[in-house]
Formats: sequence, C-alpha cells, structure tokens
Amino acid sequence: MSSEQFSEYTVVHGRAKSFYERYDRKPELQHQTHFCPGCGHGIVHKLLARAIDELGIQDRTILVGPVGCSVFTYYYFDVGNVQAAHGRCPAVATAMKRSRPAGIVIGYQGDGDLSAIGSAEILHAANRGENITIIFVNNAIYSMTGGQAAPTTLLGQTSTTTPEGRSATTEGYPLHVSELLATLQGPVYIERVGLGDNKQIAQANRAIHRAVENQVKGLGFSLIEVLSPCPTIWKMSAVDSQHWVRDVMEKTYPLGVFCDRTKEAQPRRLPPEPPSLEAIPAILDIVNDDSAEASSAANKATKPIDLHVRVAGFGGQGVLLLGEVLAEAGLEAGLEVSWLPSYGPEMRSGTSNCHVRLSDETIDSPLVTAPNILVAMNEPSLRKFDKSVRPGGWIIYNGETFPTDCVRNDVHVLALPFTQIAHELGSARAGNMVMLGALLEVANGLPQSSIDAALRRLVRNTKWFELDELALSRGRELFRESFQEV
Amino acid sequence: MRKQLMKGNEAIVKSAILAGCRAFYGYPITPASEIAEAAAEYMPRAGGVFLQAESEVAAVNMLYGGASAGVRCMTASSGPGISLMQEGISYMAGAELPCVIADITRGGPGLGNIAAEQSDYHQVVKGGGHGNYRTIVLAPHSVQEMADLTALAFELADRYRNPVVLLADGFIGQMMEPVEFPEQAIEGQTPDWAVTGTAASRPNLITSLFMDVDDLEAHVRHLEQKYRCAEHLEARAEEWQAEGAEIVLVGYGIVGRILKAVTAEARAEGINVGVLRPITLYPFPVSHFKRLALRARVFVVVEMSNGQMLEDVRLALDGTRPVEFFSRTGGNVPSHEQVLDLVRNLAKRYSIAPITEPAINIDEERMANV
Repeated sequence: MSSEQFSEYTVVHGRAKSFYERYDRKPELQHQTHFCPGCGHGIVHKLLARAIDELGIQDRTILVGPVGCSVFTYYYFDVGNVQAAHGRCPAVATAMKRSRPAGIVIGYQGDGDLSAIGSAEILHAANRGENITIIFVNNAIYSMTGGQAAPTTLLGQTSTTTPEGRSATTEGYPLHVSELLATLQGPVYIERVGLGDNKQIAQANRAIHRAVENQVKGLGFSLIEVLSPCPTIWKMSAVDSQHWVRDVMEKTYPLGVFCDRTKEAQPRRLPPEPPSLEAIPAILDIVNDDSAEASSAANKATKPIDLHVRVAGFGGQGVLLLGEVLAEAGLEAGLEVSWLPSYGPEMRSGTSNCHVRLSDETIDSPLVTAPNILVAMNEPSLRKFDKSVRPGGWIIYNGETFPTDCVRNDVHVLALPFTQIAHELGSARAGNMVMLGALLEVANGLPQSSIDAALRRLVRNTKWFELDELALSRGRELFRESFQEV
Repeated sequence: MRKQLMKGNEAIVKSAILAGCRAFYGYPITPASEIAEAAAEYMPRAGGVFLQAESEVAAVNMLYGGASAGVRCMTASSGPGISLMQEGISYMAGAELPCVIADITRGGPGLGNIAAEQSDYHQVVKGGGHGNYRTIVLAPHSVQEMADLTALAFELADRYRNPVVLLADGFIGQMMEPVEFPEQAIEGQTPDWAVTGTAASRPNLITSLFMDVDDLEAHVRHLEQKYRCAEHLEARAEEWQAEGAEIVLVGYGIVGRILKAVTAEARAEGINVGVLRPITLYPFPVSHFKRLALRARVFVVVEMSNGQMLEDVRLALDGTRPVEFFSRTGGNVPSHEQVLDLVRNLAKRYSIAPITEPAINIDEERMANV
C-alpha cells in the first residue's frame, strides 16, 4: 500500500485526548503497556478517557490511582494524578473533592483494593454521598500480587490461597459490592457492567460516561462496577477469559442498574466565597484590645499573690466553674494563671477536681500537689486531699462539722454548710460561689471588679449572674463573721 | 491583642486556622476529641472543611488527599489512633506531602487508659510507619506553645514537605492558660506541585511509588537530605537556669513544667541545677546537650514513659556524661517531691558544690566550637 492510499482514511476512533501521546516507560518496555494481552484494564482506561474527552473536563480531572494492576493510571491519563494507599482511594478522593469542588475527582479501584482492604472507605464515602465517581474493576481475584483470593472470588474458583476452590464455609460468599452500596441512601447512581462482549462494552461505555457526567452536574456519588477479564491469572486465553466474564462471572454478578436517583438529585452548588482574612480573628472569637471586655487598670491585683488551689467535689457542684472564675479573675487582675481539670474517667465517676494557680510570676508547674488552699465540696474530697495542704494553708470545707480525724493543727479550717446556705439564697447550685467568696477573703488581693468581670464572661445568664454575685458576697461575709468570732 | 484563657486543645484549632489551615479530618478519641469539636465549630465558619472520618485510617488518608490538593490540613488523635495513622504518615512522607498531626498522648500499650503519658515518643519521633522517613516533632509545654508551635508546625510542614507532629499530653490539652494569638491571619499558599483540578496543575503527580531500585534510592537520599537540613536548622530547646548547672534535668511537655518548679526549689536550697527542655523532639536538640555537658556533671531524664526519650539523650551525650532516669507511667505524674528528692540525692552522690556565685566559667572559644 502506498502512503497516498493511507491519507484517504478518516480516523473515526483515535487515541483519546485524555491519554498521553507516549506512555513513557523504560526503552525495552516502550512498545507495550503495563497490561497483559486480553486484560480488561486497557478497555476501561479507554472508556474513561473517552468520557473525560466527551465531557471536556481534562483540565479539571483528578484521577486517584489504586494499589494493584491499575496502579499505573498516571502513565496513561494526561490529567492531574494522585496515587493512593491500598484501598484508601475514596478517603483521598473525598478530601480532594471537598477542598477543590470544581475539580472532577475520579477514583479507579480494583476488587482487592475496594472490596477487601478498602471496604470501610468505599462504604462511608458512598454513604456520605460524596460527589465523586468510582470506577470499580472487578476481576474476582488479586492479580498484581499473583492470584490470591479476593472477597469477589467466585465459589469454587481456585486461587493461590484457595487451591481447592473458594468454599463458602471457610471463605464466605462472593461480595456483591454494587448491591450492598445500593442499599444506602447516599449514592445517586450504581451500575454493574461487563466486558464480556462488544454489546456489554458499549453499555459499559454509556455507564462510565454517565457516572462522570453525574459529578460534572454535581449530582453526587456514582459507582460503576466493571466485570473485567484477567487472562493471565485465570490461566485462560484472551478470548476464553472474555467469554468467562459473560458466561460464568455474570451468573454470580448480574449486570444492571442497582440505584439511580439522578432524576431526583438536587445539583450541588459550589460553596460560597470564604470570609476575608481580616474577618478570621473575630470568627474565632479572638478578642481584640479595643473591645469593651478588655481589662481595666482598676482590676489589677493589689498585693503579691501566689495561690496554689485545689478544688474538689462531686460532678455538678460547680467545681470546675469555681476554678475557672478564679483563674479568669486572676488573668483580669494581671496575674499569671493556670487551670487544670481532672478529666476522663474521673469525670464520669461523679467526682471532679481542678488545679488553679495564680501568681505574680511565671507559673512553673500547673499541677497543684501541695495546695495552700483546698476547697473540699464533700467529705470524700476532703479525705482525698486534706493531707496535701501546705502547713499554714487553708481548708474550706462544705459541711456543718469538720471530721475530727481530719483535724490538723497546722492548717486553718473554715467548715460551713455552704450548699445549705446557697439554697437559702435561692439555689443550692450557687454553693460553689459562696465557697469562692470565702476563698477570696483568704486570698485577699483580687479586686472585686476583677471577679465581676470574670463572672460576667463565664456566666452569661443574668439570673444566674445575680445569684452568683449574691453568693460571693455572702461567702465573704461568712468568712469575716467566722473569724471575728475566733 | 488581649490574652484569653483557653484550653490547649482549643488553642491548637484557632492557631491552625490563623495559620491558614482550611481542612480538618479526624476521629474521636479521648483526650484529643476537643480538638475535633473545636474544628467542627470553627473550620466551616472560616470557609474550611471539617469531616469526621470513619476511622483514623480514613482520616489520615483524607489528609493525604487534602495535602495533595494543596490545602493546609490537620488531624488530631491519641496513641491508638496515631498507631492506625502510621500507614498514611509513611505515605505522606514518601509522597512529600505536608500536614500537621496533633497527638494528645494517652496511656498504652493497647487500650491502656486515657490518662496522660509520654509513651508515644517512639512511635512518633522514630516514625512508627514503614520505610526510610522521619517526621518533625514539636513538644509544647504550655497553652501558649500549643498555639505558637501549631503555627510553626504548618510552616515547617510546608518548608520540608513533610508531616509534622505536635506531641502533647492530656494535661497540656485540657489545661487553660492565657494565650495570645497573632493579629493577622495567614493565607495558605497553594504550592505549585499540588493537584488542584486546573489546567496549570494537570501535569502534576503525587506518588510515593518508585518502581526502579535506583529511582527509589535517589528518592530516599533526597528525603534524607531534607532531614539533615532540618537537623541543622530546626532543632529547638529551652534552657531554664541551665547555664553552668551541674545537674541538668531533662524533660519535655508537662514534665518540663514540673522540672522548672523543682529547679526553683532546689536552687533555693543551693543545689546547682537547671532544666533543658527539648521543644523539637525530632530534630533532637543535640547541640544543647553537648554545650551543657561542658559544665554539667550529670543529666537526669524525667519521663512519663519507660524511657523513650532517654535513648536520644544518651545518643546526644554519647557517653560523655552519666544519665540518670526517673520514670512514671500508667498516667501517673512524676511528683515535684519525688524529683526534688532525687536531685538532693544526686547532689550528695556527685558531691555537687553549693551555689555561691553566679560564676559561669566556660571557655568561650571552646563553646563556640560546639
């Protein structure tokens, strides 16, 4: 044939534009692709590339490649390429789509990748209805690693790890991914197609196009399962393996549409413009200097302070809030402060305690192992911490009588039924603030205005704020009364 | 900007958003869950993505995706969750993807408990995943450092295109202290290597796969070079009254705070003691150790683990000084009193002369060569 004769041909189906012109491989491999003769991946690649071409999205496409035979998608597809860990493609694709919603994110996974190690990721991406497209190539076996059984391996099918054939009693049943995912409400389109003959391939072509188009329209999660031949691992000829897809695989995995909500699905819109950088600090509730809440000079501490406070009681007694108000007031008064709660199982077992430090100087350790003030809201808390109080320190105890066996002659004690007193003021829940009032008299150096400011910041409800203020002053009074009597 | 009282876990999220972080992927675990909760509140308002993943495995692979798309992103977890993330961390180091991971350590091994420990040192600092890689590790000891080191973490992650771990414990996470943030928020720049679904980024490829043996070796050497560079430039430590100290206490995180309190008391008793607190655990601040070893008689490592950082201290000192070790585990905290007793005993055992003058007599020239 002469060259003139060639030029008379019109190319009807050429190389898709979304493929590279050259698949750059080592010189000795330059004449071939990674795929074996008769492998289905080449066909699926071609169908996907064609869909990308037809939809005009080559620049926008991000292809997330798997681990397995199709690991080398980036050798072939001239699009943005990302290689994912084994089975994790849907998680990677999720994040890429969330952050780059204008991109078209396509995951390409084999059956080992998707149905075994990545079963959780695919299930949840589908259930969230991520607006991504997954091409799921099912050849019922692990091919890249040499033919081990997959969840999709047929009953009776031999593999290197089911040498006698897959048995339902020991390996379970072939996993029907499409049917399984179709039970979820998240996906909009799930179809199983095959590469068993040209008619099936034509249907696969339509399905893949639709699955990508759904994403372009913003409709949501689409997955196309493609039954695909693997002549090498199946130990068949290219022709026989194609027939096996149609005649054998299809019996276990019937073709068809399992879910189609494309008509009802509401197209997603691109997210609104993000806020400006200038707006970020306010969004984060970060308070500016010029705000009304800024502390004033009048709130400054009037004398040197070095408080090591331990507050302990039952959950619900306001242990943590007492500590927090104290720390916040200290900050208001220009002191260094720290507040450290007990957390975790202690929180749930009903007891609670916190460490509070207030000091003129940098606070070294926020842990208060030897408090100079212990606020014990109940007897177990008293018994837990009473020995740790520093000589010369204070114990403020919520109880009419101080247990005789806890009496130490080197610490001061103020024991009063604080809860009862608070109850008389309006609510037993303000007992913590009556105790804080007494504590402030002991600490003596934090201006009332710093307490007011702290309380206002932490107790937003006016009714509670007023009651707490009342409770605080009652606590101060009680302290003075008690120690006048002494 | 006025200082605000805030929990360490919350400070991480606010600092991250100010530093341009716009995606958070996480899975709940005590004592790190507040980080995810704060991210759920603030990230969407700042125009970012928050997603609670189905597992830590998925979360770290979402980071992989977010980072591939060129977005500053982070996660937070604790011991068992970090174990599950190791696969993804290895992939990210291999594919040279930046991200920030906060590990609010709890007790282990196994389910352990939810109290604070420092037993994640090995899996984080030595890299618990497969392959030749390192992660940069920062260890805050206050709420202010939770904020400052988070911002630094994003900077380092981008500079080295590598995961950076913020290794803290439940105390620092749960504690409230005053914190101050930068006044200006930063916008994360989209790197030119990212895959963003645009014509300009179409030629880009993110992968950790190098089939050819020579290609992979070249890649490993390239990564190694970055780590050498970080070792030269990024090692950080705080020296607290350590100049001329004869006993040097070594601890990171909350332990560093306890050691400062012990130092104040021991010095009041005339014992010549100071604190060396590593802020970067990788790169380890080796030069600080070598310099202080010129005067120190003994180093004392205090850890809430069975001696994990201890190994790095021994490597740094390379046998030049004895290293003592005090350990609490299971969620117990080394008490002030216990460490102080140890210091007193060591002062006797090593016949440490009481502090008289603030005399620091070091050969300046020798020091300059360290």
